[in-house]
Amino acid sequence: MKSLFSLACIALFLAAPPSPALAGGDGMALLKSECSACHNLTGPAPTTLAELWARKGPDLFYAGNKYRPEWLEQWLQNPRRIRPAGMFYGNHIKPGPEHDLIDKSTLKPHPRLGPADARAVTAALMTLKAKSELIRPGEYKPGRISIAMGDLMFDKFRGCLACHEIEPGYGGLSGPEVYTVARRLQADYLISYMRNPQAWDPRIFMPNKHLKERDLQKFVHYFRALSEEDAP
Amino acid sequence: MNRQLLWAGMMVLAAWASATPGLVQAAERAEDLYKTYCWQCHGMQGDGNGINVRDMPVQPRDHTDPREMAARSDEELFTAIKKGGQAINKSVLMPPWDGVLSDEEIHALVRYLRRLCQCRHGG
Repeated sequence: MKSLFSLACIALFLAAPPSPALAGGDGMALLKSECSACHNLTGPAPTTLAELWARKGPDLFYAGNKYRPEWLEQWLQNPRRIRPAGMFYGNHIKPGPEHDLIDKSTLKPHPRLGPADARAVTAALMTLKAKSELIRPGEYKPGRISIAMGDLMFDKFRGCLACHEIEPGYGGLSGPEVYTVARRLQADYLISYMRNPQAWDPRIFMPNKHLKERDLQKFVHYFRALSEEDAP
Repeated sequence: MNRQLLWAGMMVLAAWASATPGLVQAAERAEDLYKTYCWQCHGMQGDGNGINVRDMPVQPRDHTDPREMAARSDEELFTAIKKGGQAINKSVLMPPWDGVLSDEEIHALVRYLRRLCQCRHGG
């Protein structure tokens, strides 16, 4: 009976139009009232494993240094999962016959916003710029790399494919997909994050691979090439 | 004078701690560290069958296999965790964890691995 009720709630949620509670234009007020239960808007990032495990959505207190606003506005209107196994994969896996599997029943969809609210929330998020000292504006210098060479770097030389998908259905599942990352995130942020993930998120389960500065640039070239290939 | 020395010592200690991963907060339990950083590839059971193995060309180490694990010394295990698989001529898929784990936590993980395999080096 309880599961029937839960199913009915999920069906209602999926069928519902964008939440009427979010009608309006004050993005910061919306963020505080509707988003802060799952997202940290003020910092600091988790410093203990218990805090890391409890995190429900990405920290947003440096959203203005991280996201590309044009992508964010679209995504909020049509959200889809970016981390196949959720924020902390350990909360969303189960043993399988050959290897551990994602337990999809534990993953919840992100609320969908209407166009006006998405615009307002995006504008508010772009004002949240903690950790700006980690960003070197203009550091990324656009360039190109072949997908084949990028694959070699990402997979064979650095082993990043272990945790990230480079195309839908291919790669690791504990980290966010990278075939859309250049559309989602600012290039200078990507470089800064890959240089030292723990400077942004002290207990995150992405290792510091000690990448050379020129490789940081090449990785972003590769992500841009992947995004172009995956362009909708 | 003594008070000034004490103050200076505390400042040095604070600077050292802030530059050393894992020391800005208390060391975490080895089981929790293993769940956070190792499950993704080595699996919930520690048998090398994590959620990430589907497309891996090299199977992660089965930490419950006493024969395989007994072939590695504690020092090698410590180095592999801290500096990555390539530091002991193994796979690049095993990354270096020195950016997030303190030496104290890595030692705790090595002891935890010995509990998982119920083995020790050489026997």
